[in-house]
Order: sequence, then structure tokens, then C-alpha cells
Amino acid sequence: MNDVVHSSAGSTGTIHAAGVAIKDLRKSYGSNEVLKGISLNVAPGEVVCLIGPSGSGKSTLLRCVNLLEQPNEGSIHVGGFEATDPDVDIDKMRRKVGMVFQQFNLFPHLDAKRNCSIAQTKVLKRSQAEADAVSMHNLERVGLGHLADRFPDQLSGGQQQRVAIARALSMDPELMLFDEPTSALDPETVGDVLSVMRNLAKEGMTMLVVTHEMGFAREVADRVVFMDGGVVVEEGVAEQVISSPTQPRTKEFLRRVLDPTHIGLEE
Amino acid sequence: MAMTARQRARVSLYVQAGIFVVAIAALILATDWETIGNSVFNFAKIGPMFPGIFMTGLTNTLIYTFLGFIVGLSGGLLLALMKLSSFPLYRWIATGYIEFFRGIPALLVFIAFGYGVPLAFGVSWNITVIVMISLGMVASAYIAETLRAGLQAVPKGQLEAARSLGMPQWRAMITIVIPQAFKIVLPPLTNEVILLTKDSSLIYVLGLTASQYELTKFGRDGISSLGAGLTPLLVAGAFYLVITIPLSFLARKFESRTARNNR
Repeated sequence: MNDVVHSSAGSTGTIHAAGVAIKDLRKSYGSNEVLKGISLNVAPGEVVCLIGPSGSGKSTLLRCVNLLEQPNEGSIHVGGFEATDPDVDIDKMRRKVGMVFQQFNLFPHLDAKRNCSIAQTKVLKRSQAEADAVSMHNLERVGLGHLADRFPDQLSGGQQQRVAIARALSMDPELMLFDEPTSALDPETVGDVLSVMRNLAKEGMTMLVVTHEMGFAREVADRVVFMDGGVVVEEGVAEQVISSPTQPRTKEFLRRVLDPTHIGLEE
Repeated sequence: MAMTARQRARVSLYVQAGIFVVAIAALILATDWETIGNSVFNFAKIGPMFPGIFMTGLTNTLIYTFLGFIVGLSGGLLLALMKLSSFPLYRWIATGYIEFFRGIPALLVFIAFGYGVPLAFGVSWNITVIVMISLGMVASAYIAETLRAGLQAVPKGQLEAARSLGMPQWRAMITIVIPQAFKIVLPPLTNEVILLTKDSSLIYVLGLTASQYELTKFGRDGISSLGAGLTPLLVAGAFYLVITIPLSFLARKFESRTARNNR
């Protein structure tokens, strides 16, 4: 894993990082308002971790950015696209935005290399040879070049997630969204995935990461955003938010996450 | 006197087997073997059925079934996608079609397309076209429901992942979702082919010429011409089994393969 990424390793040379600007975003499911006016800016090349209790809306926010969820109000700008414009070319926009899911969502009927190449050939119209080369490059980037012909069910959870990252990178995204990428993993494979993400951050990729890995957030994120109940409660420099939060809800959440054994010892 | 539970279970099994044997014996004793021998198992007189029932009958049954299946598969896929559409009109049309064609006997569909439609529109269709359309329309109703279940069994994350890579909806369906759905429905789809093989027997109502005869028509003609009673139908039935039993095995093989992995 230690030879995974070095600074120049983008599949077309360098990463063209895009920024994100979210303004007054609202999203409801029926009468249940999940996002209650979120504003968030991510600069090109910045790494922002979204933390917060489950049900706080952080995954929904992430999924709004590439329109897997349709926001009700507010605006999202990604790179040169206004995602919330009704006339936006969704497919064109999504090519710039890589998404990594909690459950990997690899295509089970395709091997690792083909998982990485299929959208290149079908969407970017790259030749199979070029797509294969890009796929191999990115699989090597995540340390899995030697498993390129394995099918997803022949890979461990951590390996599958790294293939999923390579798949997203093969489209030359300008922004990567990670939706709890390590939550479904066995503890011993979490480190490999985080190390791939760390290297990607070093390369200058813009990353928006929903995570419960406080160690990762503290070390890799430029900023941490704490969400609860559909609003941003607190945001700031990662070290500062995690080590010395100012809001009571942030303190309470971090206390629970960083020291789960406190439950029952509170009285 | 007192038996253990295990002993009681064993005795019960013996009793059940005994009842079965007695019933079979009674059936054999009650049978009029001479008559049966002349009218059902009269294999001495069926020579003239060959090689026609094999060369023409079996071949035509296979061709008709195949054509019906191809039309049924395409129509079924279209209906399944319509039924899963977010546009209500498509859903209503698909539901109406499926309920209608599953609810009426296939025989009526054959008569409708063999006689009704040509009369109504003043067209005269080739028999192959009639078979293709009528068998295909019935098949699409059944196959649509099978495919719909298969499409819904593909996890939602697959479509999301494909769309996230910039694939348009249709591309994601064709490249990612439908191939996986087909793997899931391969066993039930094989069973549909078995049903279709048998439904193709209803073509006899269409008034076929000799070169268009399929298995059942051969059987029915044999009854009137050979003087071997119902024996020709027995022969035709055997040929159906030649088609359907391998398909059954195939379905089971697909099933165990799907259970093993999902590639």
C-alpha cells in the first residue's frame, strides 16, 4: 500500500479540481424535512469531512450534490455546472463528480478492470485499449493492479471499495464524494481504503467525505462540518472542531464517538 | 406396546408406502389391458408417423416456440420496463395488457389472430407470422411479469452507481441492470420456454398445411388415419418430453449456478 499514489498520478496527468458551492439547500421527504437550509463551500482541492449523528442529513446532502437526490430549494454549483438548474445536463455534470458508496456498488457481472472501463467506453467514448490502460493505472493507484481480473465476489470488502474508488477515478473526476466509505468494512481493511483516500487528498483532489472516522477527519480534512437535525451546527478547521468544539451538540456527539464506553457511566 | 416417536414415524411411513402399492395394484388389476393395448399402446401401427413427426413435427414445434419466445422476450422486456416506468400511462397500458393476455386462454388468442384479425383488416398472413404474433403476445404477458421481478431484484445501488458514472438512464439499464436481471430470471425464463413449447400445440386450430404440421397436429392426424387409437398422441407427448425435460434440467442448472455466484 505504501507505493500507491504520488503527486503526478492522475490518469490524464494532473487533477483538475473543482469547487462546490451549496446555498440554502432544502430537501424534504413528504412532510419530513431532512435538510433545513444548508450552505457550504468547498474550494478546489479542499478536503471537507461531514460528520454527525445518523439521520442528520449528511448523506442526503452528499447525494444532492450529484443529484441522486433532487433538492427542493436552494442552489448547488459544481465546477462549471449549476446542479439545481432544471436544464442542467445531469449526465455531463456527473462525469466530473466521482461517487463512492457505503456498499461499494461494484457491478457484480464485470471484473475489476471492466468495472473501471465500462463507463469510459460507453460514456467518454474512449477506445477499449485506452480505457483498459486508464483502468489499470487507477487499479495500480489503489494498490490492486494484480487483482484486475477478479470479480467483485472474489474480493474482500476493502478491496472492493478500492476498486470502486479506482472506477470513479477512471472518469477523471474533478470532485470526489465519499458516502461513509468505510462503514461497511471489516476493521482490518479500513486502513487500506483510508490510505488510498489520504493519497488522493495529497494529490489535490477536491473531496467531500461523510465519515465516522474521526482520526481520518482530523489528519486529512482541511475542514470538518458537523451536522445535526438537517442544519450545519458547527464547522471549522478539522483539528479545532474535533479537539475543541464550541457547540454543545458537537461536544456531545464527539464525546459519544470518541469514547463510546461512556454510555451508562454518565450518572 | 408403547412405541417411541421414532418408531411411530417409521411405522407411519411403511403404512403410507403400503397404501400406495395397494392403490397401484388395484389400478393395474382394474385396467382392461387388451383394449388399452389396442387403443393407447398400439405401437405396431405407428410406423407411418415416422420420419414426418420427427423431421417436420418436432422441427416445426421448435421453430414456432423459438419465434414465439423471441417475440415474447422483446415484448416482455418492453412491458416490464413500462410497468416500472414513472409515467402512469405506461404502467396502465402494461398492466392492462398483462392482465388481459394472462387471463384469457391462449387458444382464443390463436383464433383471434388466425381468423379474426385477417378478416377484420382484410389481410392474409403467413402462418408463421400468425404463430409468431399470437404465441409471442401470450408469452410477452407472462415473461413481462418474470422480467419485472428480475429487474426489481437488482439492487438500487447498481443503477445509482451507473448513473453516478455519467451513464444516461437507458445506458445504465442496458449495460448494468438488464444483464444482471437476466441472470436472475434465467431459471424462471427457462420455465416460460417449457410452457411456450406446450402452448405451441394450440396452433392446430389454424388449419395448417402438411409442411406446417407440428407435433400435436401429427398426433391428431395419426388418430384418424392409423387405426391405432390414441397411440399417436402418446408418441407426440413423448416428443414434447424430449424438448421439455432437458429444459427442466437446464433451468435447475441455472438455478444452482445463480445460487453459487452472481456473475
